[in-house]
Amino acid sequence: MNLLEQRYTPQTWPENPERVTLEGKNKFIGFWLFLGGETVLFASLFATFLALRDLEVARELFDMKLVFLMTVILLTSSLTSVYAIYHMKNYQFQKMQLWFFITVLLGASFLALEIYEFYHYVHEYGFGFKTSAFSSSYYTLVGTHGAHVAFGLGWITALLIRNAKRGLNLYNAPKYYTASLYWHFIDVVWVFIFTVVYLMGMVG
Amino acid sequence: MTGSEQKNQMPSRLQYEYRKKKSAEEMRMQLITFALMIFLTIIAFLAVAYNDVIPTKFVVPFILLLASIQVIFQFYYFMHANHKGHSMPMFFMYSAIFTALIMILAMVTIVWW
Repeated sequence: MNLLEQRYTPQTWPENPERVTLEGKNKFIGFWLFLGGETVLFASLFATFLALRDLEVARELFDMKLVFLMTVILLTSSLTSVYAIYHMKNYQFQKMQLWFFITVLLGASFLALEIYEFYHYVHEYGFGFKTSAFSSSYYTLVGTHGAHVAFGLGWITALLIRNAKRGLNLYNAPKYYTASLYWHFIDVVWVFIFTVVYLMGMVG
Repeated sequence: MTGSEQKNQMPSRLQYEYRKKKSAEEMRMQLITFALMIFLTIIAFLAVAYNDVIPTKFVVPFILLLASIQVIFQFYYFMHANHKGHSMPMFFMYSAIFTALIMILAMVTIVWW
């Protein structure tokens, strides 16, 4: 039977719906491989940043309160996507959609704060992309993370809209699952950004 | 419905109940993980805020350690790497982390020359 036509109940829904079909298994393993590649990509940006950073400028620039707020928002959005996957495994489509929607809202507010932050640095401090080697490496690292957040928002929103009338099935469950993995990975990268870029930029 | 079919349905219903309970239990663990992550974040920010009393030589490795613990939580609980069938994904991630560490070490030390 076509996977899209197959209907389930919470009782017949498989325990790991993301890895039942061959396509799901391939997505799962392929996506983790992609995340490994992303780890190396971000490592190169972190390495460049560490080599080029200017602590005196950093100490003047960074604002602890804003970074803390952004961190809490992104961490919370990571938890809400865990909730979404919890409901996916229990075959509760509407609840899953709702929690992913909350994740998108939190992600969007994180992105808005980041745009505000960059705008603030450029206009109040004259700290633009081309100001110094430090500013270039800073904007490249944090900006690449921000671009990942923006991409993730578009991705999850597209999934929510495309599947709104479709309901949950073994065809789209792996899609939601990989999107949630991606979102957690964004949070993993942010943990190192707030530690290495902001907190280590404020000490000493 | 015959008696034997009813018998067969019993275990699957129990299995479903068991699964539901197990995933509710797991969700509770996720909440604890989240609370711990927020706690570690607050500790890291406080360590930096009180940098005038805590020496920098201690603060930097300390907050890096806290970040690593948070990432382990994120991988093993939020990304379900503690479930079955994650040995290949974790092999990918550990290889990536190994490559990442070497790269950072190289770039940070190369600026000395």
